[in-house]
Amino acid sequence: MNKTFNNKAWWMVLPVILSVAFSAIMPLMTVVNYSVQDILGPDQAVFVGTEWFKEVMRDESLHSAFFRQLWFSLAVLAIEIPLGIGIALCMPAQGWRASLSLVIVALPLLIPWNVVGTIWQIFGRGDIGLMGKLINDAGISYNYTGDSTDAWLTVLLMDVWHWTPLVVLLCYAGLRAIPEAFYQAAKIDGASRFAVFRFIQLPKMRNVLMIAVLLRFMDSFMIYTEPFVLTGGGPGNATTFLSQYLTQKAVGQFDLGPAAAFSLIYFLIILLLSFVLYNWMQRVGTGDKS
Amino acid sequence: MNRSGFSRAFLVLFLIASLLPIYWMLNMSLKTNEEIVGAMTMWPTNLTFDNYKTIFTDEAWYSGYINSMIYVAMNMVMAVLLALPAAYAFSRYSFIGDKHLFFWLLTNRMTPPAVFLLPFFQLYSTVGLMDTHIAVALAHLLFNVPLAVWILEGFMSGIPKEIDETAYIDGYTFPKFFVKIFLPLIKSGIGVTAFFCFMFSWVELLLARTLTSVQAKPIAATMTRTVSAAGMDWGVLAAAGVLTIVPGALVIWFVRHYIAKGFAMGRV
Repeated sequence: MNKTFNNKAWWMVLPVILSVAFSAIMPLMTVVNYSVQDILGPDQAVFVGTEWFKEVMRDESLHSAFFRQLWFSLAVLAIEIPLGIGIALCMPAQGWRASLSLVIVALPLLIPWNVVGTIWQIFGRGDIGLMGKLINDAGISYNYTGDSTDAWLTVLLMDVWHWTPLVVLLCYAGLRAIPEAFYQAAKIDGASRFAVFRFIQLPKMRNVLMIAVLLRFMDSFMIYTEPFVLTGGGPGNATTFLSQYLTQKAVGQFDLGPAAAFSLIYFLIILLLSFVLYNWMQRVGTGDKS
Repeated sequence: MNRSGFSRAFLVLFLIASLLPIYWMLNMSLKTNEEIVGAMTMWPTNLTFDNYKTIFTDEAWYSGYINSMIYVAMNMVMAVLLALPAAYAFSRYSFIGDKHLFFWLLTNRMTPPAVFLLPFFQLYSTVGLMDTHIAVALAHLLFNVPLAVWILEGFMSGIPKEIDETAYIDGYTFPKFFVKIFLPLIKSGIGVTAFFCFMFSWVELLLARTLTSVQAKPIAATMTRTVSAAGMDWGVLAAAGVLTIVPGALVIWFVRHYIAKGFAMGRV
């Protein structure tokens, strides 16, 4: 759509800017402030420049937390995006079946995050949980509180259960937006099922998929509440992801300076990766069209 | 025929897998604590509603639900009202810095909440809003308003500009046009936006817990505190968990048509 150039539109955007800035700018400034000072007590702070940043960059346990986080987010995307597309393709287009499956699919999204953790905490237990008991009965030893692989897989499975529905909802909406004429044209051309998917459905889902990938990437990269409730970051630190590492530092050890410096770096990493992802996906999209 | 049979089976399998953990919680909420810890049963042998009774009669429990609903409703209304004019501006006009502004709004979803908790606490204490519903509603605007603008802008771009112009020629003033003509056209978009605002505000715990202590304590926080204080009262915990799903399930039932049809118009 061709848009009119009109700077008065700023007045319509202003309420949004003010309301978001109230909660965004001042806390961000506070964090910047902490990151360059050594807080000794109330009203006692020493300017230390970039020292915290240097310390954080050299921190070995931080590096391992970062890579653990990166692998987790990649695994999340690699499972949830294809699975979400697949389920959306299988869902009926209309009728009571469509309504029912929509409501059931959306249910996990509406559960408070700590309740999600609680559910899986129970569900995975070997003595009183359905999943834990079934797996153990099948002869596979499974214990998410003791074994780090099991814990990691449980957190991953929980995330897939919790967030694949978001991808499904977005893809389903994208699919419903395709006019019937497209399918008829494909039928006349004798296109195969795969060709329909590859050349009609996938390009039409490009926009919703971009939103799905970005949202899932950002949110999984900042995952905190669910693993905190489920495993508390353990066993050892097998499921201590970045957010939790950060909170341990800020709240547990009260190292405000390094924690603030680290959260700024963290924010920049997410910003950078999202930006790269966004641009890459836009280029992939235009490649499809030409 | 074969293919559709396969895809139906795949879908049913996924739906069952989605429901299993929730069923397990429902199952536990209807058992006594002895039965939960004692033996694994697929359904309650001694059906009991005591866990639910506890929640509905103990003020510490049910006030949590009321608090959550108050701030979620406030947040939903504020986010939609603020986002409507902004989304209109983004969809109809170009202005200096519009692209940067849009990206800046989105970056607010990317701030890791964990360490911003302390500054948030300080900020809201300074302005005297601690432990009020409005504080949580305001804080949740941080991630809901950008999303609302994003979704609504998509819907509004789907409405041809000629409709605006025709209305002005017919002598409508801008506010009258916006309320009488434009809003009804994007009704479904508003429904979807409200649903997403509801969802993200309802499930968020960290900010809500940090900004409240007694008067506005949300249900999710009530649950975490009970776990640590009174040992593991699994039955009541499961019942509380089941009750947190109910409002969301009701909301999605009402917007289920819009989710599919509505999205179709917009970019989202």
